[in-house]
Amino acid sequence: MEFNNNMPIYLQVMHRLKQDIIAGKLKPGDKMPSSREYSQELGLNFNTVARVYKEMEMEDIVYTKRGLGTFITESSEKIESIRFEMAKELIENFVNGMEQIGFTKQDMLSFIKETNLMN
Amino acid sequence: MTQILEINNLTKKYYNKVALEDINLSFERGKIYGLMGPNGSGKTTLMKVIIGLHKQTSGSILIDGNPLSYKTKANVSYMPTENFLYDNFKVKDVVKFYEDMYSDFKTEYVLQILKDINVDTEFRVSKLSSGLVGKLKVALALSRDVDIYMLDEPLNGVDVLARDVIMDIIVKSHNENKTFIISSHLVSETEKVLDSVVFLKEGRLELSGDAEELRQQHGLSIENLYKEVYK
Repeated sequence: MEFNNNMPIYLQVMHRLKQDIIAGKLKPGDKMPSSREYSQELGLNFNTVARVYKEMEMEDIVYTKRGLGTFITESSEKIESIRFEMAKELIENFVNGMEQIGFTKQDMLSFIKETNLMN
Repeated sequence: MTQILEINNLTKKYYNKVALEDINLSFERGKIYGLMGPNGSGKTTLMKVIIGLHKQTSGSILIDGNPLSYKTKANVSYMPTENFLYDNFKVKDVVKFYEDMYSDFKTEYVLQILKDINVDTEFRVSKLSSGLVGKLKVALALSRDVDIYMLDEPLNGVDVLARDVIMDIIVKSHNENKTFIISSHLVSETEKVLDSVVFLKEGRLELSGDAEELRQQHGLSIENLYKEVYK
């Protein structure tokens, strides 16, 4: 995984994990590698990965079973809400980008219809 | 989180130069610190004072709460930037030398690293490429079992591929009990493993902080922040 050093790395790792969860690469209940293993895989400091796991646990995306490891949530509601959050973010980025090149929101909707991007 | 290393009002003067001026820093156990700054900013001097090679002019250094002594020095593994290995030695002789020198040296550990990175222990140091010498130096320094590891420019003179290997050795050797202090000009290649950074400028502490917080605050990589600070 490549990192953009201009923004916090732990956020990028979290983002990637959320994407993997939505894409089904990480399934509900899957066991995550230990923060040590994962940090070595990513070439990162284990503190960074420990932070990722901690933040994701605070968001209820993962949970830790003492002595057993860290697991992806089994709540399909939670996974749906992650999907929703990511979709929202993508739309916000799209809207911002289009606004910067002079589109109004109405323009954007028409544009999408016209260019058949939704077909 | 305990302070494994505390530097209080540290000043180091030579007869014609102030190498370090009133440095106040504390280092936590288990973190990886990047010590940054241009040549002459005091990074190497700071490391040498911590390891006891130079005596400070004023101020104090505490390692795990204790002032510098032969015991505290033994708790620090220092890798200088120069190639200090004896040319005629074979790699296995160097390993033996370290084993004899340091009671905390983990021979099995270094041999495993050398095996993983394909360093033939029968080779003489003089025959090793700069990349291999770089890897060997780092492997030796990280194979001691101490609390504090200081690597002075571990990526210097090392090719791009070998740099990745060295960063990998560093990450794999690190754990929550060990504190690493790494000085490097190659900020972009080291920054992703750093917990915290310390910027020295002309012997003074210019900036220090958590790497991720600095990225968030400034919207810049540590490398770009470095360029801002030193331009």
